[in-house]
Amino acid sequence: MKIVVLVKQVPDSGAERNLRSDDSTVDRDSANNVINEMDEYAIEEALKLREAHGGEVTILTMGPERAAESIRKALSMGPDKAVHVLDDALHGSCALATSKVLAAALKTLEPDLVIAGAESTDARGQVLPHMLAERLGAAALTGARKLTVDGATLTIERQTEEGYEVVTASTPAVVSVWDTINEPRYPSFKGIMEAKKKPVQTLSLGDLGIDAGEVGFGGASTAVVEHARRPPRQGGTRVNDDGEGGVKLVEFLVSEKFV
Amino acid sequence: MAEVLVLVKPSQGKVTKSTLEALTIARGLGEPAAVVVGEPGLASSITDKLGEYGAAKVYVAESDEFGDYLVTPQVAVLEKLVRDGEPAAVLIPSTQEGKEVAGRLAVRLGNGVLTDVVSLDTDGIATQVVFAGSTIVKSKVSRGIPLVTIRPSSVTPTPAPTTPSVEPVAVALGEADRLARVKERVTEAKGARPELTEASIVVSGGRGVGSADNFKLVEELADLLGAAVGASRAATDSGFYPHQFQVGQTGKTVSPQLYVALGISGAIQHRAGMQTSKTIVAVNKDNEAPIFELADFGVVGDLFKVVPQAAEEIRKHKA
Repeated sequence: MKIVVLVKQVPDSGAERNLRSDDSTVDRDSANNVINEMDEYAIEEALKLREAHGGEVTILTMGPERAAESIRKALSMGPDKAVHVLDDALHGSCALATSKVLAAALKTLEPDLVIAGAESTDARGQVLPHMLAERLGAAALTGARKLTVDGATLTIERQTEEGYEVVTASTPAVVSVWDTINEPRYPSFKGIMEAKKKPVQTLSLGDLGIDAGEVGFGGASTAVVEHARRPPRQGGTRVNDDGEGGVKLVEFLVSEKFV
Repeated sequence: MAEVLVLVKPSQGKVTKSTLEALTIARGLGEPAAVVVGEPGLASSITDKLGEYGAAKVYVAESDEFGDYLVTPQVAVLEKLVRDGEPAAVLIPSTQEGKEVAGRLAVRLGNGVLTDVVSLDTDGIATQVVFAGSTIVKSKVSRGIPLVTIRPSSVTPTPAPTTPSVEPVAVALGEADRLARVKERVTEAKGARPELTEASIVVSGGRGVGSADNFKLVEELADLLGAAVGASRAATDSGFYPHQFQVGQTGKTVSPQLYVALGISGAIQHRAGMQTSKTIVAVNKDNEAPIFELADFGVVGDLFKVVPQAAEEIRKHKA
């Protein structure tokens, strides 16, 4: 089975993140840039499938030059190779244009299965897997907490507000996963050493036959008008529990008309 | 007045609060037209409710087959309505499926899409709160019409009663819409508590709650307040509470009137999911816990003493 895992480099969600003042894109210079957490679960799921069914796992990333660090880190977990879509003209691309570029790259790879994290911690849009499925004419099995593969038949469980849904499709398919699906492995020392020698192919927009005007700020279908830091919340009253903490808490709730 | 399409998110034959919120926002842009996509009989049970919140028209697309598929029936119906009419905007509740509908529709129409929008101006400028509640962004769709998903609890739904006209929409699914099939829908008992993202009060427990058994304490306080129960990632990862109740960066984003954090330190990851709550109350034994920087009222103390006492006080008040 040929599996491609989408990996996005994002600013660490555990630290302060900013938008750039000049062009309103994510400020990557001031951030600690890491693999999007949910993508690690996608990589783990792909590796488990390779272990069970054989085949090949390829990492696909679109991003600036520094995203190469995240690609090596992803490879150190065990995938076979990677493709990095790298082109200065991509800076400022919207979700729609990003899906166009990734779909073009996926067409060159002809995977049976594409696995992605259900969302990225920076944009949190959850739109990309369905955008790709639409462009590729592939089935979309998204938001999986469990994935089973039986030959060419894929089945997922998807959490809903009311319970869960069991959804099934045949390959080719785009699957997206939440962090409930598995526990990602840590790269071994051997894995880290091997990752340095694994092939990483770089593709430009020209290689994909996409005009620079269709992506970046010029081709964007959305635009940021303005952005600002939200004033931080101010802490209010704090009391030490002197045996009456619960009473005081309820007094506050009563004063605010919650009780 | 131009029509504003609002995709109805039904849940077990009822209209969700998030749909009523989207209708409320839609009224600021034009004349709301609710779009109902589902199995036969769905629309007739909810049309009155949609009218009560200002839907001047209800488009009804019903088919036995629609229940077998996720996302694609809604996309097919909205695509037809956008192409045939000239709606001023398309608003979709920002659930997982809602965002997916918006994304797929964006590709079909070559139209920009914005997710998790908290307000929408008459000129189509959308406001989003990003990066764990730290940054406010105003954006617009620059290609096509505003196609946005509306984050739950962004506005208070207000009635604007009208009697909607009902218009059937006939849409046939293509092969590409039928690639993934729903085999089974399993409903899990969730009791009488309100849905987490729609609740006006949320009581959450964290690592400090200590065990799955101790979460009964969190549930007890929640039930006394008529609240939904949430949990921090530390609590769900430790198996104290089911994962679908996680509030935070990798879980749900909530924005209730009151958020009560019990035994939650308040790491950035958790704050990402609750920072925009109107009032925040915290109980934590660690005076240095970052949750106190956000809390309007904080009790530094042992939650196993403070919470039972608070529960008792609320009972007295109710009596």
